[in-house]
Amino acid sequence: MTKTRTVRFLQAVASMLLLAAVWQILSYTLPPFLFPPVPAIMSRTVEILVTGSLLADVLLTAGRIFAGLLGAFVFGAVLAIIIVQSRTIENFVTPVLTFFQGIPALSWVVFAIIWFNGIEFRVLFIMVMTTLPAFTFQILDALRSMSKDLYEMTMSFRPSKLKLLRYLLIPTIVPGILTAWKVNLGNAARVVVVAELVGATGGVGYELLRQQQLFDMAGAMAWTLQLVLFVLIAQQTINAIEAWALRYRAVSERAM
Amino acid sequence: MMTAKVQITAAPTIGDASTMSGTEPVIRFKDVSKVFQRHDGRGDFVAVDKLSFEIARGEIVAVLGKTGCGKSTMFNIVAGLTEPTSGTATVVGHDPFREFDFFRGKIGIVFQGDRLMPWRTALANVLLGLQILDADPKDSEATARRWLERLGLGGHENDYPHALSGGMRQRVSISRAFAVNPDILLCDEPFSALDEMTARDLRAEFVRLVRQNNKTAIFITHQINEAMEIGDRVMVFHRPARIAYETRLSRDMTPEQRRKVQEDIMRVLSAAPEDAQRSE
Repeated sequence: MTKTRTVRFLQAVASMLLLAAVWQILSYTLPPFLFPPVPAIMSRTVEILVTGSLLADVLLTAGRIFAGLLGAFVFGAVLAIIIVQSRTIENFVTPVLTFFQGIPALSWVVFAIIWFNGIEFRVLFIMVMTTLPAFTFQILDALRSMSKDLYEMTMSFRPSKLKLLRYLLIPTIVPGILTAWKVNLGNAARVVVVAELVGATGGVGYELLRQQQLFDMAGAMAWTLQLVLFVLIAQQTINAIEAWALRYRAVSERAM
Repeated sequence: MMTAKVQITAAPTIGDASTMSGTEPVIRFKDVSKVFQRHDGRGDFVAVDKLSFEIARGEIVAVLGKTGCGKSTMFNIVAGLTEPTSGTATVVGHDPFREFDFFRGKIGIVFQGDRLMPWRTALANVLLGLQILDADPKDSEATARRWLERLGLGGHENDYPHALSGGMRQRVSISRAFAVNPDILLCDEPFSALDEMTARDLRAEFVRLVRQNNKTAIFITHQINEAMEIGDRVMVFHRPARIAYETRLSRDMTPEQRRKVQEDIMRVLSAAPEDAQRSE
């Protein structure tokens, strides 16, 4: 770890410790059902992580997030590739995606409950519909930013479509795809909780609903922290993939 | 305005008409025109106007012309990247646009910029063409390394383009073009972005490689000196692309003869209509 990175890490830890300290101070003055002490929250958090049945709920939510993002990514990539080839298709598809982008996540939850029976399909549908427009537009942007010079150069070797995809298209859009995953991960984590809160019988959202019914603030915080932890781990994983995939970039360019 | 084709035989020539007549020309343009539709709806734009020429095997032809004279459009037609609107363009007797796959590995291009893929190392960039041609990976790597070594880039195989200088990057792009062992090389102002010293070294290296490997080459340039240094023949284009002047060159030419040719080229170029808009 470089000196700058160490300093940045220590600053991040210090800010989180400060937040925990403020919470702890509030817990001394306010009732514990409103602001439970930090050690109580931490102990519940650890309990979830070490208890198989509880951890299963966390993993279920993580799986739903991943499946939803993967579905939206695949659909989005296909849509983007179709759109980029025809202005007419773009004129038809773009307004629909923009319209979808304006629909609140909660509305998709309601639609899914009315339209479908299976819980997993409902969640998947909600996840895909809420993240699809962003994925499509981001991949579309990445495709459009493809260098005409590199395209001509590659075409001069007369590649098959598959080779063009492998040697030019995919490497060109990788940075855009990684950005899209990073942006959509946070959105997906928020949406999945809403979906599980209303229409599921397991997962972090469902557990949060239970904590609300039990008026258990420590439990609510512990389950929230599970989700935050998952997002942080996923973000770091994407960052690591990004650092590896974009290792060709100059250090200064990557830092931007 | 000078538009008539002028034929000057300044000196004994390399690959003159007598040597060409016995063999089928490698590149042949017959009344080739290319018309583009303007995006603003102001009618059509003629980039190439009934262009005819032939290039024999092993010949290096330098093409000179002002910006926007249609040199690059002609270049793209030979490369098979653009289809002519009318006329016939053939390369080794085949249509480079319609018979796209036939030319896989037969035409190598060195572009104005290096056009290296930033995510590939120098070695991987040279390997690109060979990978597209499905060449044996082991042989390909040996070939790519050999070309890099030959162009003075030994030890830089694993460097990414951002870590290389402009001259080194252009050397990688020349290696990439030569690595597939094409019969025909097309070069679009490949050294224009480089400093004079580097450009001079690369020019000399380029000519040596083309001659050693018996390639046929079209070399587009803005510089008269470069055209005369490289070409067996120099063609000067007026806009829309048509030959306004053509001459064969020889290494046996006296300085006086070369100066005379240079003056003629300058006269033809200065008589070319000013660039109203770019066609390329």
